[in-house]
Amino acid sequence: MNDDVVTIARRMRRLVLEMSHRAGTPHLGSSLSCVELLAAVYHSWNVRPESWPNPQRDRVLLSKGHAGTTLYAALRTFGFLTDDDLATYAQPGSLLGEHPSPGLPGIEIASGSLGHGLNLAIGLALAARLQGWPSRIGVILSDGECNEGTVWEAALFAPRHRLANLFALIDYNKWQATGRSDEVTALAPLAEKWRAFGWAVHEVDGHDLSAIQTALSTPDADGRPTMIVAHTVKGKGVSFMEDDNNWHYRVPNAEELARALTEVGIP
Amino acid sequence: MRNAFAEEITALAATDHRIVLLSGDIGNRLFDPFKARFPDRFINVGVAEANMVGIAAGLALGGMRPVTYTIASFAVYRAYEQIRVDVGYHNLPVVMVGTGAGLAYAANGPTHHSCEDVAVLRVIPNMTIACPADADELRALLRDSLKQTGPVYLRIGKKGEPRIHGTVPEMRLGRACVLRPGHDVVILACGTILSEALDAAELLEEHGVSTEVVSFPTVKPLDEPLLEHVFSARSMIVTVEEHGRAGGLGGAIAEWLTDQPRQKARLLRLGTSDAFLHEAGEQEHARELCGLTAVSIAHAIQSALKPQA
Repeated sequence: MNDDVVTIARRMRRLVLEMSHRAGTPHLGSSLSCVELLAAVYHSWNVRPESWPNPQRDRVLLSKGHAGTTLYAALRTFGFLTDDDLATYAQPGSLLGEHPSPGLPGIEIASGSLGHGLNLAIGLALAARLQGWPSRIGVILSDGECNEGTVWEAALFAPRHRLANLFALIDYNKWQATGRSDEVTALAPLAEKWRAFGWAVHEVDGHDLSAIQTALSTPDADGRPTMIVAHTVKGKGVSFMEDDNNWHYRVPNAEELARALTEVGIP
Repeated sequence: MRNAFAEEITALAATDHRIVLLSGDIGNRLFDPFKARFPDRFINVGVAEANMVGIAAGLALGGMRPVTYTIASFAVYRAYEQIRVDVGYHNLPVVMVGTGAGLAYAANGPTHHSCEDVAVLRVIPNMTIACPADADELRALLRDSLKQTGPVYLRIGKKGEPRIHGTVPEMRLGRACVLRPGHDVVILACGTILSEALDAAELLEEHGVSTEVVSFPTVKPLDEPLLEHVFSARSMIVTVEEHGRAGGLGGAIAEWLTDQPRQKARLLRLGTSDAFLHEAGEQEHARELCGLTAVSIAHAIQSALKPQA
């Protein structure tokens, strides 16, 4: 993988748009907002098919399973899947469903129901520590997902157990399915909440690849789990989708896809 | 029974370094010996059952053999979606121990009763569900549970249950065990109610009803060879469990029976009522309310044996 990470993110964004259009699947805005988060973690941790058989590998968990296309785009870009695999996305018989299912190399967990990934990640982080493994565990959540009580059960637990090998990222795109995430619940100030719970918090521009990679580069010196609160834009990269929550469910038609791909640029 | 669990899991953890014990903030002092020997492998998750099951699933994904322990009602109802998605969907070797199951915590009220736990777990794919009758069955089934490649729910009692086997039986998950011979009626007893079933068989014998008693701890998968035998060779099969009649062992066997080509024997299901028990009182009182004492079990069977008008 010699391509720079900016090019990788652009390629992933194109794949996400193409998959949504081709299969007619929703959650496009949510998938576009976390492209850089996945690109950064796969790239900086060097997550590759060659390391998949090794239980001591670094692991990336997509907790916001409705961004399945972003995960598949990352798996294609980093060598786990082929173009032929992606062509089957959401087709009858394919193992690439709208929400990730376990079983394929690269897919660490099933997701689709929110509020599961962080708890699973804690278990993996504990398993790694108990066995003396160098594994880092990364997990990507959505801001709407923070409505779920299990997220806060996990928030209380991980600092107590000093899980410095745990890196959580919240795709804080300020929207959930039917409204502003800061209005549906009192989510803001989100970073302060995680600080108060005892996490090492990095607040970053979630589309600034180098900022994300810096936050991912080192575990906290004080042994705290890391929380990267990534400020993002829903529908990022396509002007007529950005911050427009209609694209939580809308699917681009052929003309919209062409315009979107032009904006995203040549891979 | 919980003391036997604590002893057994401590012994097993000495031989299998992958075993991690997670508690939902219960078992005060119970696990002190485990904690003393394996401090890193005991985790009090706190009063957070959903988190506990999610963490256990993550541990299993990471190659460990997690065992969760809390009161059955909270273990199941509070964490149902985690059991279904994290453990069931991923088909992970997580052993979930629900203690004080059924009416063991009768005095604590319906929040602490678990008479629907088997029903709701039984429908989750990949689940194995077993209700040991005494400390010895618990030891045998816990050992077997830790050999499984998928999830197991062990529904256990609290403390002071009558010791039935005396030694650890050669018992595996999915296999029932004949404890008392008889040729008229067969009682299939599931869980700690087995002691009442054995007493009921004595009472029936005094009235000339020869009663076989089978300890039938595993609700999923059913011991189908044994069922095929008793339903073809006997006239009445009675399930007895400290669980609702809907969805427990009786329900599971009723479903199984419906799909059989020939049904010679009649099935009678005895279990808890389709009601929350508002009355205070200990387990014995709750069993009386539900008709689950030896006397009422024997009476129900005798009534069922009378020729219908």
